[in-house]
Amino acid sequence: MRNFVRFLFRRHDVQIGLIVVIMAACFSTISSGFLTPGNLMDMLESYSVMAIMAAGLLVVLISGGIDISFAAIAAVSQFLVAIILVRFGGNWFVAFSLAGLFGALLGVVNALLIYYLGAISVIVTISTMTFYFSILMFVTQGKSIYNLPNWFTSDISVLAIPFPVVVAAIALLLTLFLVSRLTIGRQIYGLGGNPEAAKRMGCNIVGLQCFVYGYSGFMAAVAGIVQAHRVEEVVPYALIGRELDVLAAVVLGGASLSGGVGTVSGTVLGIVLLAVLQNGLTLLGVSSYSFGVVTGIVILVSVSATAYAAKRQRKRSIRDAI
Amino acid sequence: MRLNASERGAFAMPSDFAPDSQVASRVRFAGFLPSDPTITMLGGLIAVAVLVFSTLTPNRFLSADTLRAIAFQMPELGILSLAMMVPLMSGGLNLAIIATANCSALVMAAILTRLIQPSMPSPGVAAIIALALLAGMLTSLGIGFLTGVIVAFLGVHPILVTLGTMTLVKGAAVLATSGTVIAGFPPAVLFLGNGTLIGFPVSLILFLLCATIVAVILTHAPFGVSVRMIGSNERATRYSGVPTEWVLVGVYVVSSLLCWVAALLMMARFNSASAGYAESYLLITILAAVLGGVDPFGGFGRVLGLCLSLVLLQVISTGFNLLGFSPYLTAAIWGATMILAIVIAMVRDRWISRSTR
Repeated sequence: MRNFVRFLFRRHDVQIGLIVVIMAACFSTISSGFLTPGNLMDMLESYSVMAIMAAGLLVVLISGGIDISFAAIAAVSQFLVAIILVRFGGNWFVAFSLAGLFGALLGVVNALLIYYLGAISVIVTISTMTFYFSILMFVTQGKSIYNLPNWFTSDISVLAIPFPVVVAAIALLLTLFLVSRLTIGRQIYGLGGNPEAAKRMGCNIVGLQCFVYGYSGFMAAVAGIVQAHRVEEVVPYALIGRELDVLAAVVLGGASLSGGVGTVSGTVLGIVLLAVLQNGLTLLGVSSYSFGVVTGIVILVSVSATAYAAKRQRKRSIRDAI
Repeated sequence: MRLNASERGAFAMPSDFAPDSQVASRVRFAGFLPSDPTITMLGGLIAVAVLVFSTLTPNRFLSADTLRAIAFQMPELGILSLAMMVPLMSGGLNLAIIATANCSALVMAAILTRLIQPSMPSPGVAAIIALALLAGMLTSLGIGFLTGVIVAFLGVHPILVTLGTMTLVKGAAVLATSGTVIAGFPPAVLFLGNGTLIGFPVSLILFLLCATIVAVILTHAPFGVSVRMIGSNERATRYSGVPTEWVLVGVYVVSSLLCWVAALLMMARFNSASAGYAESYLLITILAAVLGGVDPFGGFGRVLGLCLSLVLLQVISTGFNLLGFSPYLTAAIWGATMILAIVIAMVRDRWISRSTR
């Protein structure tokens, strides 16, 4: 029993979960407005776009790569879909499938460049991010699209749950199914853990990479549609600059930049941690200007604590071996 | 056998698995032979760009104005790129450079605007400027030291640490200023950004000074050699008796000090400081460094290559500006140039390995 508890507490997602629970308890005792259904739903809704993007980025991180371009991909697909919807009309199915198609295509371009040029993913995706976003800004001249169709911007809810939250939940469940139940998901872990071993096991590396970056682009584009639905307009530069926030959330959730590690539950908890923190501080009347400081401290403490624990674990295992 | 980078994984990549052809080209990266392929390639690209722009805009591109524009625009991005290059050489990355520069600019700006009275005698003003410079430098030093200690002693990936310090430092700057701008500095400070010395912009002289110092440190000082060794193989470096932890702390301190110089230039050019300036430069600095031949896995790269890549980027942006294109298109061309440079490097590596076989 004691061993089991110790095992439980060494798990990263359990630790993050505990921190979230403790924080939520503190906030709900100090502020009565925190633990209300309305507030919790607002919180979920405002972080749903981030959660969808995080689902895509998580898969890339597990595969041992990194994608910086997903916010630019989201902006480009959002814009293209908005143009098509305004010009020709459509429905939700058309919107999501078109966005997913554009997003996946742009993501596959990343994957092909990374594979065939033999360059590292961070450099390639920074280049494509710059390229996609600048072309978008050049074409739009920075102008927003306001005349989105009514069905697109009006609030929808399924069983009293806001639409963005529903989409985020589906995206996360899909990702969970992908990484834990499908063969390709296990292959992605293999690719991230040891690329050479994955290759000798007979994994199709090109195909896996196309899938991973395509999936990230797909999720980013879906997030772009949801974001446009939430704010009821398409602003070309609205999503740019979010990429590092999303990365921070995924990393808080325990995904490793060296690949092969990362869970959907951890990612959800990483986002919930940031959401609870910022929402709680707002309810306590702390100025929104202090969010950056608090988020920065949380990231630094979290990554340092994880690294410190890993270091001690390593020392202990070496000592046991001797 | 050729293993490309994507198969080696994105970050945690032991560079001792580099294939023969890459080793051959990397040896040349590190050496000082005149036939450095990156330098040749960048020189060629610059020549092509200049040729194209001077035929497209006759009498306008090849003029003193163009040179002046390039000379005034390059230093800021240049010094920030140097600040990115030093951690890249050690196999790391510093995402906090812009936040560090803005934060130390704000500290200096606060001291300059609060303490200087209009009726003050010039020795007093000079003393306060010195105080501001010192405070800005200490701010950068502190941020760099904190980053370095976490990277070196806890072994956290630099991307994560600097992501955290970036958020923290920028957050602190936003909190302290409430997002406002601090403006209005004495002429002596503005001189750094806009003045000229015997015909050369002071900012360019400052950049060349920094570039020379970084180049000399990286190639000749024991510290610089250790940095490059850590970038190639950290464990081997530690086993050969180099105090790798302290060298890594030094890397982030040097990077932050370069941010302080960049902060000075930014303050002087805009005559103001804010928490949100130059944020679009962050990823461009990585682009400039890698385009200049700095190996993103660490260990290899030359300041000369970085300088040439900066010149190339500036030539492209000035040329497109003269042709009347939007600055966004320029940024798109920068991204495409990066991809083109990777393609050229790959084709060259293939060709070298085929001809040596």
